[in-house]
Amino acid sequence: MHFLANPARFLRIARPVTAWLLAAGLILALAGMGAGLTLTPPDYLQGETVRILYVHVPAAWLGMAGWAGIAAASVSQLVWRHPLAAIAGRAIAPAGATFAFVCLATGSIWGRPTWGTWWEWDGRLTSMLVLFFLYLGYIALASAEKERGGEGRLAAIFGLIGAINLPIIHYSVLWWRTLHQGQSIGVTGSSIDGAILWPLPLTMLGFTALFGAVVLMRMRAELAEAKVEARMRRAAAA
Amino acid sequence: MNPWPFVIAAYAVTLIAVAVLTLWAHGSMRRAEAAADKLNRK
Repeated sequence: MHFLANPARFLRIARPVTAWLLAAGLILALAGMGAGLTLTPPDYLQGETVRILYVHVPAAWLGMAGWAGIAAASVSQLVWRHPLAAIAGRAIAPAGATFAFVCLATGSIWGRPTWGTWWEWDGRLTSMLVLFFLYLGYIALASAEKERGGEGRLAAIFGLIGAINLPIIHYSVLWWRTLHQGQSIGVTGSSIDGAILWPLPLTMLGFTALFGAVVLMRMRAELAEAKVEARMRRAAAA
Repeated sequence: MNPWPFVIAAYAVTLIAVAVLTLWAHGSMRRAEAAADKLNRK
């Protein structure tokens, strides 16, 4: 990670990686969504609505992974004062918020025909909504700190405190047995039949690659803006 | 209840949200890097 502390070295790597991630993400996500809509059979219980799984699960994973990334950037900033950590945190937040929103929206759309309701104050749904609001809070705090010329320490502390919500989301289906079903996909296996499951790795990888591309694009934008700002400040002082 | 409008709505929300996010990130990067390049050339 310290290897990337030099912005010039980071940019040399980020430029080609951004294009590759963007291309791979688009191809995989569109292929997975196309396969999920047309090539898999309907579920015996849920019917055609099971197809929402191919967009809902990657969105849930990226909503949570995004905050884990913010927490890692926060540690990196507070402990090692990594020069790119605050920029990484600010770059991750809009992407994480978007996927948390997509998770909530697609879950709600799936809930109407399956559960008979758009929304329920269930443990999983509520903790995911809290995550979305945490993202909005982080974006507001980090932007305000940046505008005031701060190092982003408050946002980093907020990022670490917000990480408490991640195990709550993960274990919510075990702690509060309400409406949301338990975990059906784990590290060791899945209770979903392979005939239905196979497009999911495509959308998971595709959306993850797009998430990575968006984060790199935001970091590149922030670094370029910082460069322009520093140059203008020097010109004004001269 | 016909499930297809729900399936299509979920995919549409995902596609629109991800497209807006990606285009915004790409546009802001292109503008910022163009401004930095312009300063470099001066």
